[in-house]
Amino acid sequence: MLIDNPGILTTVQDLGRVGHRSRGINPSGVMDRTAAVLINTMLGNDENEAVLEMHFPAPEIEFENECSFAIGGADFGAELDGRAIRKWSSFNVSRGSVLRFGHRTSGARCYLAAAGGLALGEWLGSRSTNMFANVGGYEGRQLRAGDRIGLLAPRTTKPHTIGPSILPKYSRFPTVRIDASGEFELLTAISERSLLSGGFTVSIDSNRMGYRLSGPPLHLLHHKEMVSAAVTFGTIQLLPDAQLIVLMADHQTAGGYPRIANVISADLPLLAQLGPNDGVSFHLVSIEEAELLSAELERDLCRLRTGIRLLG
Amino acid sequence: MRIFPLGDSAATIEFGNEVSVELNDRSIALATDLESDPFEGMIEAVPAYASVSIFFDKNVTSFASVKAILSRSAGAAAAERRYVSNLIEIPIVISGDTSADIARVAQFADIDEDAVLDLFFTRTYRVYMLGFLPGFAYMGEVDERIACPRLETPRSKVAKGSVGIAGKQTGIYPLESPGGWNIIGRTDRKMFDASADQPCLLKPGDEVRFVRC
Repeated sequence: MLIDNPGILTTVQDLGRVGHRSRGINPSGVMDRTAAVLINTMLGNDENEAVLEMHFPAPEIEFENECSFAIGGADFGAELDGRAIRKWSSFNVSRGSVLRFGHRTSGARCYLAAAGGLALGEWLGSRSTNMFANVGGYEGRQLRAGDRIGLLAPRTTKPHTIGPSILPKYSRFPTVRIDASGEFELLTAISERSLLSGGFTVSIDSNRMGYRLSGPPLHLLHHKEMVSAAVTFGTIQLLPDAQLIVLMADHQTAGGYPRIANVISADLPLLAQLGPNDGVSFHLVSIEEAELLSAELERDLCRLRTGIRLLG
Repeated sequence: MRIFPLGDSAATIEFGNEVSVELNDRSIALATDLESDPFEGMIEAVPAYASVSIFFDKNVTSFASVKAILSRSAGAAAAERRYVSNLIEIPIVISGDTSADIARVAQFADIDEDAVLDLFFTRTYRVYMLGFLPGFAYMGEVDERIACPRLETPRSKVAKGSVGIAGKQTGIYPLESPGGWNIIGRTDRKMFDASADQPCLLKPGDEVRFVRC
């Protein structure tokens, strides 16, 4: 694949670099895990195969050889050789085909996977781009015009489209489920009510590291002295200005602010597709419910994998 | 001690909420024990100042099971050192160029800049934990007299190798990054090297001596 035009922020990501947090090496990885897993699965790839994560304005990509690819996640008005194509579908392309994205209709991040996977080296077991350390992915950086990415084992596959029942229920104003974390119990009664009944707006100051939310000010019953401890993708921290931040894929490994809750992993994709001025509300669930919901999602994905394998 | 979920794929066991060698030793000991004998589904055990966060595969195990394991092993992990603590010397350059905030620290302490450096170089610092950036070590404790709080407004760019003070903590920026610590010097030692087998020079429990060069 030749990047003719890089778009505003296109990086190579897989499901993240796990197992190195104790050295301060954050996992990176796709923001919308479900989208990446679905399009990889559709192509018969391993679910952890590296994909392109694209923001809008999105790149223009030329296929220099025959291959199959699939797109999913946000809807950026994809066009293959000038013809509109649907997301959550896979396509075979011939040499010289060009993929463009015309206009953003929904979501913040669109993903592209290619059958056979992207031929890039791994760093600490992952192809995700770590933009702080400038390693992983494509030379540790976002893509530029003229970059070329080969495929590990290029092949063409039978085109598929994923049925709507399994797709994430994206919205500009989703309700995401959270489970209580370390300092939840310290919220005042009013703040707990505000957290669970109010709407929060994703501020302009939001990116792959985290989303700053603006909403009703939240307070703890008393000030708590905190020493730094681990945080993770989805951790909701209360900042000194009484506003919330949700940590996203490029989060730091440790933080020293009160940890109010975590967005459950099954709902992180809903958050991943929000942009500035979109809104979010929170619904509290128990850790057991969070685990059940995650297991349900896993079962659905498993069914999809089996289905695709049977279809060939 | 308490154990709480950090999302649906991790659990944190917290021994306290202060900077203390004893609590940190306990955290490192538990993380070391878990890493050397991981339970089924464990991904990693991450020690911090006074806690350990255990990441696990939620398709294999659950918070309740991990909590039960942690309750048992936390008791077993005594507050004794069962890890190797290396003493590492880090040469640092002090100059107008590399020590942008030394005057600010001197003003905070109400002593001259040389006295600040004397206080800083006298101590051996312990690495409590890694975080913030790949290979960034949170070290302590800095002499109270020069424990200058962070800058009100963080810099958008702090040079790689910069040595900073933030309250009683000291740390070395392994990479160029934004940051709000008071910068008093700079080292050439690589704190992080992506191409090395062991990309990070320091690990929790190590000790560091700064030497002026």
